[in-house]
Amino acid sequence: MSSFSITEPSSRQKWAAGTLVILYAVITLLPLFWILATGFKTPADAISYPPKILFEPSLEGYVNLFTTRTRVTPEQLEALPPPETWYEAIVRNRDMVIAGPSRYGERFLNSLIIGFGSTFLSIFLGTLAAYAFSRFRVPLKDDLLFFILSTRMMPPIAVAIPIFLMFRTLGLSDTHLGMILLYTAVNISLAVWLLKGFIDEIPREYEEAALIDGYTRFQAFYKVVLPQAATGIASTAIFCLIFAWNEYAFAVLLTSGTAQTAPPFIPTIIGVGGQDWPAVAAGATLFLVPVMVFTILLRKHLLRGITFGAVRK
Amino acid sequence: MADVVLNNLSKAFGETTAVENLSMTVPDGSFVVLLGPTGAGKTTTLRLISGLEQADAGTVEINGRAVNNDTPAQRNVAMVFQQYSLYPHMTVRENLAFPLRSPILKTPEDEITRKVQDVADVLHIAHKLDNRATALSGGEMQRVSIGRALVREPSIFLMDEPLSSLDAKLRADLRIELKRIHASLGATLLYVTHDQIEAMTMATHVGVLDQGRLVQFGSPREIYENPVSLYVAGRLGMPRINALPADLFPGAPTGAKTIGLRPEHIDQEGGKACKVVRVEHLGDQTRLHLTLEGHDIVTLTDVHTDLGTGDEIAIQPRNPLYFDAGGDRIV
Repeated sequence: MSSFSITEPSSRQKWAAGTLVILYAVITLLPLFWILATGFKTPADAISYPPKILFEPSLEGYVNLFTTRTRVTPEQLEALPPPETWYEAIVRNRDMVIAGPSRYGERFLNSLIIGFGSTFLSIFLGTLAAYAFSRFRVPLKDDLLFFILSTRMMPPIAVAIPIFLMFRTLGLSDTHLGMILLYTAVNISLAVWLLKGFIDEIPREYEEAALIDGYTRFQAFYKVVLPQAATGIASTAIFCLIFAWNEYAFAVLLTSGTAQTAPPFIPTIIGVGGQDWPAVAAGATLFLVPVMVFTILLRKHLLRGITFGAVRK
Repeated sequence: MADVVLNNLSKAFGETTAVENLSMTVPDGSFVVLLGPTGAGKTTTLRLISGLEQADAGTVEINGRAVNNDTPAQRNVAMVFQQYSLYPHMTVRENLAFPLRSPILKTPEDEITRKVQDVADVLHIAHKLDNRATALSGGEMQRVSIGRALVREPSIFLMDEPLSSLDAKLRADLRIELKRIHASLGATLLYVTHDQIEAMTMATHVGVLDQGRLVQFGSPREIYENPVSLYVAGRLGMPRINALPADLFPGAPTGAKTIGLRPEHIDQEGGKACKVVRVEHLGDQTRLHLTLEGHDIVTLTDVHTDLGTGDEIAIQPRNPLYFDAGGDRIV
């Protein structure tokens, strides 16, 4: 047996590897657990020292996240009819009444529209461009690819002021369309370059076979290239979504009312009636969910190599 | 099925000439094999006919109609590639049905089912129809890609070394299979290979390509017995033809530079004495490696020969081929 042969790891090696993985998982998952737990604490428990590992769960954070409240005097509270709902009861415990819904839902919806909208647009344009760069004799191909990449050579925020002025002139400030276009512009270079790499790896023979089998080039692209590029498209889409979903600086600068996304909204909760950490944590927890679901839905495509067995190299 | 006629076809990739002034007729129902070493322009010729490449000059006619401006789909040709042939995200059944579902054919589903089943039976892959294309062995994959060509009724089948990546036994099986399909369908085939056994056993016609030019076209026997040049003579025959200086044996015509001796065209009685270097027993034949005045010669001998290394025998040519300084045949 040579020193390069693959052997079954010994039980000690397995044990060591398992410990390392668990340790790593604990370190990376602890902040997430912290956020999740804080969302279910009362404001007092949230800031208690030493931190409470065991606590009585409360939905106060979530109630505060979705409502605006006004403080009332004990006399006024006495005069009110008994609370009709469980969340009304929670709020009255704090000598307050619900004044109306908060804007979190709206902001969350904006994040969904802008995040998924720009991801779709980036992938749509990126796939077509990547295919063209991969397969056709595009004039000035290398220069164009470099130009596309060059849009990422400085941090986008460095051009925030020009973009702010451009958006104001074009009437794109604080619109969904404006934010979708902006995030697409930032993501498109990533999408083109990543997807070109994936499409380059798909042998041309597949398309040529489809052309001869009686299909047009677009049909060959659609029926043969796209399914094979699914892995690349899925992982690129996740990258694009994560960027658009988490983006904060442009969102602060360019949105205020109608198109504001969740990231600039969540910190504003802190200022409303004291430091309401459970509400912030609740907002952050819910904010994690869409990207998590999206990634889980696409995870089978992330396992590379499923479709690459028919290629004999 | 139809005649395919190539007229003065030329194609260059940048500085490299792939095909030059190629004219050839593939008659209806024939099995034409293109022979030549790597880079001779065999594959480019197939791609020009299929429409995957555009010719720089010349025309391709299928069934009497110039198809230069047609897309591959409009040309109605089927092609089997050397590799990368199956769509990996589909099952075997879907792979076979793919050409039938094309917008050009739009075959009804019941007919697709029937045709796919027929082809699968012919190629002995019926039990694998619902497997993923990736879950097949190399031989099965290549049978499926041949099947994908067979489900259609194209003007011509183009095959680009379809058997080259298979092991010897499978190659032999599929050779017989292809020959049988050719005979039973009356199909027209243009087949590229550098395997001379495939050429000799399957072809009705052989075309020999040299650096993009067609140097000889004829039946396998003609090519073997009457090669126009030393290059063509070297393409067929196993062991290869012995090329020796013409003055080694008496009787060379004027202008002859090289004498070409097929291994079976060497008499082992009388003539010049030479030494046995090695004896190879291959079972069905026995090869003698000889040396004559510093030149290596390979010939065949009795299967149960007593000759051994170091023995001396006398040899003389029978029906030799003579070639001039440029390699052209002198008749």
